[in-house]
Amino acid sequence: MNEKTLPLLPESASNLSPQIDALMMAELGFSVFFSILIFVLVTVFAIKFRRKSDYDVTPHIHGSLILELGWSLLPFAMILGFFVWGTTVYFKAYAIQPNDAMEIFVTGKQWMWKVQHPEGPREINELHVPVGRALKFTMISEDVIHSYYIPAFRLKRDVLPGRYTTMYVTPTKVGKFHLFCAEYCGTQHSGMIGTVYVQEQSDYEKWVAGGDESMSARGEALFGQYGCVTCHLPDGKGRGPSLVGVYNSNVKLQGGNLVKADDAYLRESILNPRAKVVDTYQSIMPTFQGQISEEGLLQIIAYIKSLEKEEGGQQ
Amino acid sequence: MSAGTTTHDSAPSGVNYLTNGYSLKSWLLTVDHKRIAILYLISITIFFALGGIFAAAVRLELLTPQGDMMDAETYNKMFTMHGVVMIFFFLIPSVPATLGNFLIPIMVGAKDLAFPKINLLSWYLYIIGGMFGLYVAVSGGIETGWTFYTPYSSTYSNSAVIATAMGAFVAGFSSILTGLNFIVTIHKMRAPGLTWGRLPLFVWAHYATSLIQLLGTPVVAITLVLMMLERAFRIGFFDPALGGDPVLFQHLFWFYSHPAVYIMILPGMGVISEVVTCYSKKGVFGYHFIAGSSLAIAVLGFFVWGHHMYTAGQSTYAGVVFSLITFAVAVPSAVKIFNWTATMYRGSIRVDTPMLYALGFIGLFTVGGVTGVMLATMALDLHLHDTYFVVAHFHFVMVGGMVLAFMSGLHFWWPKMTGKIYPEIWGRVSAVLVFLGFNFTFFPQFLLGYMGMPRRYHAYPEEWQVLHVMSTIGASVLMLGFVLPAIYLTWSVFKGKAAEANPWQAKGLEWNIPSPPPTENFPAPVVVNEEVYAYSHEEVKALV
Ligand code: HEC
Ligand SMILES: [Cu+2]
Ligand SMILES: [Cu+2]
Repeated sequence: MNEKTLPLLPESASNLSPQIDALMMAELGFSVFFSILIFVLVTVFAIKFRRKSDYDVTPHIHGSLILELGWSLLPFAMILGFFVWGTTVYFKAYAIQPNDAMEIFVTGKQWMWKVQHPEGPREINELHVPVGRALKFTMISEDVIHSYYIPAFRLKRDVLPGRYTTMYVTPTKVGKFHLFCAEYCGTQHSGMIGTVYVQEQSDYEKWVAGGDESMSARGEALFGQYGCVTCHLPDGKGRGPSLVGVYNSNVKLQGGNLVKADDAYLRESILNPRAKVVDTYQSIMPTFQGQISEEGLLQIIAYIKSLEKEEGGQQ
Repeated sequence: MSAGTTTHDSAPSGVNYLTNGYSLKSWLLTVDHKRIAILYLISITIFFALGGIFAAAVRLELLTPQGDMMDAETYNKMFTMHGVVMIFFFLIPSVPATLGNFLIPIMVGAKDLAFPKINLLSWYLYIIGGMFGLYVAVSGGIETGWTFYTPYSSTYSNSAVIATAMGAFVAGFSSILTGLNFIVTIHKMRAPGLTWGRLPLFVWAHYATSLIQLLGTPVVAITLVLMMLERAFRIGFFDPALGGDPVLFQHLFWFYSHPAVYIMILPGMGVISEVVTCYSKKGVFGYHFIAGSSLAIAVLGFFVWGHHMYTAGQSTYAGVVFSLITFAVAVPSAVKIFNWTATMYRGSIRVDTPMLYALGFIGLFTVGGVTGVMLATMALDLHLHDTYFVVAHFHFVMVGGMVLAFMSGLHFWWPKMTGKIYPEIWGRVSAVLVFLGFNFTFFPQFLLGYMGMPRRYHAYPEEWQVLHVMSTIGASVLMLGFVLPAIYLTWSVFKGKAAEANPWQAKGLEWNIPSPPPTENFPAPVVVNEEVYAYSHEEVKALV
């Protein structure tokens, strides 16, 4: 990233990069072909058919259905290919979760990027990840809309207040890369930048070992601090339901609807408990809107998830 | 197309619309569409200059990577005000309010627009909106970006958001009323014999534009009102802290603002159809396809807004649909390009100033279009969204497209509007400067974007300085290319050679009346008994 020369392509450091570059080259070829075709035709016509006298006689050629159909349908068929190709790559980045993805939690805030790793380390305006490991980013903003953008990965996604967004990518090259905020977010928008460090697995493990408590341990502390434990007892005998094993289960709501307890549901249950009330319980849970930071929420959710993992064993 | 009853070739001794009253009042209270067009022309030129100054500030700051010329907040205000002024106060009114206002009644053989007083009201609304804009510019500025994304605009920004949104809101009504006026005029006031199939393509393009103005602008007006309500009274629509949804704002905003890019390009395409036929001295190729593609663009254009939101957190499946329709809307634009090119085939071509601009348009709009296809591809947008690639793309369409078309049309109809001929050599010099300066400014931005340079950045990594310096140099040439016409066109009004009724041997009703036209346009009622673009002597029905 620090070369002074003018590279024509940014570094290619993720599984998406070669796919997006290949698609780009294909569309570039298509575009150059059509632009040059038009350029050449216009120039040739302007020269070949230049006006020789004011009394030049020209034919009125009204049109040609075959030509019209040809020059609409042929290019359209070609770009439909780009459409299909582009859509599949897009789904890889946004919708298809790779097996065994390592989770990264990003919180955007005017004007910094905070990252938490489940194992514990937290970093600001930096991101350390191991090479060759699929990543799942779960991102949220504390204030306005930001966008987490790593050009070398050819990937970005907006980071919204009030809602998690996710994306998936696998780094493929060890190195230092730019991290940007791509969505305008106020005065220091262009200062909301940082560095991505893609490391060898062993280096990454060393780096992680330097961190302190895990996210779920922090979440457990908050769970006690905010008094969640008083209602949510692990045996289900409290005033609120037990949260053991709730993650990714189907929760029955009042009125009979089922809802999948994903991250978004858990977050909503904490901030706006009345929006979806669990069946057979009363909606006595207070709202924690404005009291817990987004980072804290991610930690509590990590804790709730960990309850699922330990299910059967410890509880 | 000639009018059976009106074929005055020489200027009559009587008064024309310019000499019909010299007082300020005769201008400010005029209901003559031609005078209103001139009022608009003067006002949008002022706003264009203002927007240009903001652009210059942006380009100068980007000469160095550190962001050292002005502070970040000032820089953010500069690019915001550049966008707001250029879009709401220059591009949207540009061709329709000036050339359209002047020519549509004449092209349909009418005395004026259907509602002359409403036409004047449009101009006043535009001016009131513009005053809000000027007030903001002198009272400290705005820094939300022209897109006013929430909750930044509604909750976090400390700048004059409400005043700016009010300006855009009021100017929006000016646009709605102009659209309404055009639609009624085109439907109701066509001269006998002027069937839909004989309408100049300029009129068709404006008809399609007017549909968008009428159907789309109210949506952005409502959206801006909701945003202002949230900001002023904390009523939650978009800010999640108030129970709103920030992405909803983007849906509403782009529901108008994508079609608005067609408001900003269709009228330009109308100009190109007139200029290419005249300077090729040849009937247009594929009349129905060019006219129909304008309507197709207007209709399809309403269903593609989500292509601005692939990365914004809208449903991935919605994105697929928006992507597909966006690919489809590229087709009617391509159809126009091919038809103009085919029109030149076997023509008798002169490359005078308006044609130079028109050829520039065809080239630059093609590049704008193909790069639009790239951005419509969802996977590429993952990388390119909100980078300089997008900045370059829309400047190719808006400046390379619309502004060049405006310059083309302005030169083409200048003799008609002012009765004076501009110096051709200077016209060509500045057209070439604009074309070169433009490419130098914006081509490097495609490269910057692909390398990952985000837009709206006050400071940037050093390795991109070379391309930014190129871009700024190009912008200086571009600016010169726009200053020159301001000088020689103004000069020609006072010192230029008097123009004949039809200096370019063009076809169309406007060329059958004196230059400048009399207030009532046509001394006697018009009857049209000729096909449109009757330039050619030999009829060839089909090529293949
Ligand atoms: C006053 C008692 C009380 C407190 C304190 C409380 N809750 Fe609850 N919680 C409830 C009740 C009752 C429900 C079920 C009814 C509902 O959905 O609102 C519930 C539901 C939930 C759910 C949804 C569970 C499911 O099975 O779908 C989650 C998650 C949750 N709470 C998390 C928390 C967290 C985290 C805290 C602390 C920050 C907390 N609660 C504090 C009473 C409480
Ligand atoms: Cu930002
Ligand atoms: Cu759009």
